[in-house]
Formats: sequence, structure tokens, C-alpha cells
Amino acid sequence: MTVNTEALDQQMPEEEIASGHDAKRGGMDPALLGMMLFIASEVMFFAALFAAYFNARATLPVFPPEGTEFLTPWGLPLIGTIILIISSFTMQWGTSRIRQGDRTGLNRAVAVTLVLGIIFLGIQAYDYYVLITHDDFGIDSGVYGTLFYTMTGFHGAHVLGGVIGLAVILSRGIAGQFTKQHHVAVESVHYYWHFVDVVWILLFLTIYVVK
Amino acid sequence: MGTATVPSGAPASRRSTIIEWLTTTDHKKIGVMYIVTAFVFFMFGGVLALAIRTELAVPGLQFVDQAVYNQLFGMHAVMMIFLFVMPMTTGLANYIVPLQLGAADMAFPRINALSYWMLVMGAILIVSAFAFGGAPTGWTLYVPLSTNTDFTPMTGVDLLLLGLVVLGFSSIFGAINFIVTIFKMRAPGMGLMRMPMFCWTSLVTSVLLLFSLPVIAAGLIMIFIDRNYGGGFFDPALGGSPVLWQHIFWFFGHPEVYILILPAFGVISEIIPVFSRKPLFGYKAFVLATAAIGALGFTVWAHHMFATGAVYLPFFAFFTFLIAVPTGVKFFNWLATMWGGHLRFDTPMLYAVGFIALFLIGGLDGAFLAVVPFDFMVHSTYWVVSHIHYVLVAGAVFAIFASLFYWFPKMSGRRLDERLGKIQFWILFIGTNLAFFPQHMLGLDGMIRRISDYSGNAGWTELNFLSTVGAFMIAFSVLPFLWNVFITLRKPMEHESDPWDGNSLEWATTSPPPPWNFDSLPEIRSERPLFDQKYPGVGHGPTPEPAPETEGAAS
Repeated sequence: MTVNTEALDQQMPEEEIASGHDAKRGGMDPALLGMMLFIASEVMFFAALFAAYFNARATLPVFPPEGTEFLTPWGLPLIGTIILIISSFTMQWGTSRIRQGDRTGLNRAVAVTLVLGIIFLGIQAYDYYVLITHDDFGIDSGVYGTLFYTMTGFHGAHVLGGVIGLAVILSRGIAGQFTKQHHVAVESVHYYWHFVDVVWILLFLTIYVVK
Repeated sequence: MGTATVPSGAPASRRSTIIEWLTTTDHKKIGVMYIVTAFVFFMFGGVLALAIRTELAVPGLQFVDQAVYNQLFGMHAVMMIFLFVMPMTTGLANYIVPLQLGAADMAFPRINALSYWMLVMGAILIVSAFAFGGAPTGWTLYVPLSTNTDFTPMTGVDLLLLGLVVLGFSSIFGAINFIVTIFKMRAPGMGLMRMPMFCWTSLVTSVLLLFSLPVIAAGLIMIFIDRNYGGGFFDPALGGSPVLWQHIFWFFGHPEVYILILPAFGVISEIIPVFSRKPLFGYKAFVLATAAIGALGFTVWAHHMFATGAVYLPFFAFFTFLIAVPTGVKFFNWLATMWGGHLRFDTPMLYAVGFIALFLIGGLDGAFLAVVPFDFMVHSTYWVVSHIHYVLVAGAVFAIFASLFYWFPKMSGRRLDERLGKIQFWILFIGTNLAFFPQHMLGLDGMIRRISDYSGNAGWTELNFLSTVGAFMIAFSVLPFLWNVFITLRKPMEHESDPWDGNSLEWATTSPPPPWNFDSLPEIRSERPLFDQKYPGVGHGPTPEPAPETEGAAS
């Protein structure tokens, strides 16, 4: 027996129908699931970098190597950390605003988050500048320097990616493209932004605090 | 409504056809582009293999010098793994998985196109390495050969690294797309445990890709930093660790071999039931075995590193043996499916049976390598070369030809010629065994892989010559296939929607399918919805209208 797809709407409850791209099956939106899977693969990317870090930590006789005492958590890194953590809260605030249909609230929150992200990148760039020119600590300063710049650098690249995502969200938000029901892009970027924040907290604790 | 129209009107012009293909987001067209691209690199990589075997046919350096030889074997492996088998199985899955799920397309059609074009970009980067000094690092890119620019000063290595990173992202996006498609786009009634086995193996393959490729991407970037920016990841003088690279590489590399072979398992599991006229024996066991192979794939990477002395041998040996259990389950399921079936030996089935026979040899070779003392003996010898080629040529390549013969009628609306197909099968079958079986003996005899020459008194000359003859037979077997595709495409379309009397949904639409895939779908009550529809009262379909009490009706 052949069931015509047009007849399915009457025969099946709506949530069981997966027709074309609509996927009205309930549960997570396909785009959001895609973002979760992407974040899962990103976790493995950073896991490889952390594995390299802990490998060096376990094998080097002195860790961190002598002459790297200038890497302290207090000062710029701590300020950057606080800024990034605050930005996670502002992002969450914006997402909860649009979940209640408040477009203006979303735009304000995303704008604040975007600015905080840019400030973090600025702090990181200035920190790099000081480390390279003042402390003579570069990516070629032994495996410790290579690890420091690769891990924080790739994290910075991910913050930049998040900032671009936030800029897209902001421009779409100003154009009024999000509603209470349709804002999957906001949800996706907000997951990504939290992920970037969590990676930084782990990096901060590993590289600066615990050592 | 209900009219199964095939869009047949002649394209407006050649130019618009080309632009349509270049800009398409249709999973079927993208799938075909993947398959054609992969086949081009199959032949490219095959030519490199022939150059290797020509050099090794007799003692002495006659054909290429050692610098060229070093590029050949690495590039052969890179092309066959990353530019042939992976894109080929991705292409087949691209075409078939949405059809088998009863979906109109992939979940993210534009990301699907992006994945394909990133593959093209990565392929261009890798091939361009030849013009910049080549990449004589082997596909394993072991340090310090790949990181120390005194050993490998050429830009080709950097291009290879970048190309592999681009291919990695292409595959990660592809994997996300497949997972979301499988979880979100299934037709009404198709629960996960009613999915065709090819969809299951595609799902597990995608999960493996998702978790292993980011790791190798990080590793490749580390090598790039060590080479170009004075990094010290793998340089002991700077505090780094060379063994770290081996861990990173094989943490990806072992799941990678399941990425290459699981889609092949899926294809075989589609073909055997159709040509045995029986349901797949032990569907649930098969699903569990697939998931188990995927999970265990992440626990065995260091069995490639037994000889480093830096890994805990019992753990990795034990888990390596453990993988033989789910693989054995699959073998018994295939055999039990065929047992008592009404077997038809069309070309796809011939390839499937050939796969079972030869992959068993490859699998047993691998079980030997899990024995640590034996592994110490044959580490980096031709035994390993023989093992990987029995798994990837007799395994993946046989399954790929099986699937091309099986699904060609769906893609083109015409069946490939059976006689040419059978001729090709026997040339390939004999050639494969001739090329790779002698390599077992060479390995046991101590012939190291990756050498360009050997002594005339080593006693290896005859076996090497046999192997070279086999390699040329494999290459020759591609010619009947190309001729077969050429003459078949010149024939008028038959438009047979279901030429093999198939079970799954891809046969429930026209051949080739319309851009929207389905005008209507059968009811899905089992993993064989089309069978249930065609034979009411036999499978899980509704009992026929007059409602006689059929004895064979399974509940």
C-alpha cells in the first residue's frame, strides 16, 4: 500500500512528520544539533592541545621552565578572564530576552557581549605584545612558549569567530529577523560563546594558575 | 499528484548545465561529483602504485631514483586514503543515505556543497605539493622527518599539511551533516532500528570522523608550527616529544581505518540480503557490532606503537583482540544471511562475496599483529603492507565496486553490463591476491616497507615480481570498468526503478530520482519497507485485502 505524502498530514500527528527541510519532529532544531556536534569536534581539537600541554608538563624536569616567572595570572589575564565570564552572562541574558520575544533586549545584550569580546581580544593582543617585546617570550622559546601561544592563540581565534557570529546576530537582530519562536541562530551562537568561555576558564586555570 | 515524472527535458545549453552542476546543492549531484572526483584520484594513486611496483619488480634501481620513490609511496597512501576511499564512501552516502531515509535532501544542503568544494581545494593543495619539491614524508608524517627542515626543506610538505587540514574540515562538516540528517530527516515510521544498515554504518563513521579528525587537525597544525615558526612540540632539544606525534597521529589513524571500512561493511550488508532473498540475519546484533567497532576504535591506537616501548602493551593488545569479536559477529551474520538463501550472483553479489572471502584474510593478518611478540618481528615490514592492502583493496575497493554496480542503475537509470562486470571482477580478484599475498611471505622474510631496492641474493625477487604482476592486473581491471561505464551511459535509459528487487527506500523512487526524491513513500514497518510493500503478507506489511491467514507472516 502506498501512502501519498500529501495524505500523511491527516494520518500522522504533526510531530512525527519529517518532510523535506522542515523536520517538524520536535526536539532540538537541526541547526542547533549541528552546532552542538561542531562544538563536540572543537572539544576534541582543544583536547589534543591540552594533551600536548600535559605531555610536556609530565616529561620536562622543571615545569614551567625557569625564566618564565613573568607569566602570572594576576593582572591582564585575570581582567580578561573576568571580562569573558561577564560576557557569558550578558549572552545568556540576551538569549533569555529573545526567548520571551524581547528584540530590543536581545540587541542590547548582544551589543554588550560583542564589545566585551573585542575588549578581551584587545587585552590578549596587548599581553602578547608585552610578552614578546618586554619579556622576550615567543612561540620559538622552547616547547613552553610554543604551547602557550598555540593554545591561547587558537582560543583567541575562536573568540574572533564568536565575535563575527555576534556581529551577524546583532545586524540580523537590528533588522528584526528574530522572534520568540524563530531565533535558532541566537541559540547556536550563544552555545558557541559559552563553549569559548569554558575553554578559556580551563586554559586560564591550566596555564596561569596551576601551571 | 502521483505522476512519477522524470525531468527529462534536454538542458537549455551546455553552459547552463555546467553552471547548474557547479552551483548545485542537490545531494545526488554532489554525491556524483564526489564519486567522480574520487575515481579520478583512484587512478592517480594507482599510477603512483604502479611506479612503486615497477621499481620493486627486480633488484636494482632502474625506474625512479630514491628521492622520487620517497615521494611516491607517501603520496600513493595520501591519495588512496584521503582522496579516493573517503570521498568515494562520502559520495555514495551522500547519494544514498537521504534516499534510504526517505528524505528530500541532506539536513544542510549548502554545507554539503561546501564540504565537496573544500575537498576540491584540499586535493589541489595536495597535488600541488608535487610542484614544490614533493612530500617525501610518508602518509604518517613521522617526526622528525616531517618537522626538521634540514631533512624536508621543501614547501611540498607544508602544502600537504594544509591540504590535509582542509580535507579534515571538509569531512567534519560532512560528518555533522550526516549525523543531523540521520537524526532529523528520517521518514515517518522509520525508527533508528528500522534504518538500513548502510545508514547505520554512515552514522557510526560520521561519529568517528567528528571525534578523530579535530585531533589530527591539531597535530598537523603543530607540525606546521614546528616547521615554520620555530615551535618545539616534537623537538626534544626544545623540550618537546617525538612520541607525542605518534600518539596524536594514531589516535586519529586507527579510527580512520574504521572510517574507511565501516561504509564498506554497510554496503555489503545491503547487497547480501537483496541477492540472497532473505532479511539480514541478526539486524540488532549487526547494529550493536557496528557501534562496538566504532567505540573500540578509540581504544587501540597505540597498537601501531608497540615497537616504541612507550605504551602499555597488555591494554592495547587486549582491546585490539576484542575488536575481532564484533567483526566476527558481522562475518557470521553475512554468512547466516546467505545460508539457505536463493543466491543470485550478479556482479554486486560477486564483489560482496569476494569481499567476505578476502577481507577475512586481511582481518586475520591484523589479529596476528595484535600479538605483541609477533608485532615486534614484523613491525614495519611487508606483512603490514599486505595487511593494509587486504583490508583496503580487498575490503574497501571491492565494496566500492560492489556498490557502484549495485547503485549505478539508480544513479543513471541504466544497468552496467554484467559480462564486463564479471570479467573485471575476476581480473581484480586474481590480481589482488597475486599482488598482496606474496607480501606476507616477504614480510615474514624481513623485507622492510618503504625501501626502493633490495639485494638480488635476498631471495625476494620472485615474490616481488609476482606482486608487481598482480599490481598491473589490478590496474588493468579498471579498464573494463571505464569501458563499461562509457558504453552504458551511451545506451538509452531503462528507468527501472527497482532492478535488483531491493528492500530499502532508494528503490521506491524512479531511476534516476527526481530532484525532490519521492512522490510518495511506502509505509515503513521494518528495515525493509519496500519488500513489505511488494510482498504483502510475507514481511511486515499489512495482510492482503482478501485476508487469507498467511503462514509465513512474521509478526
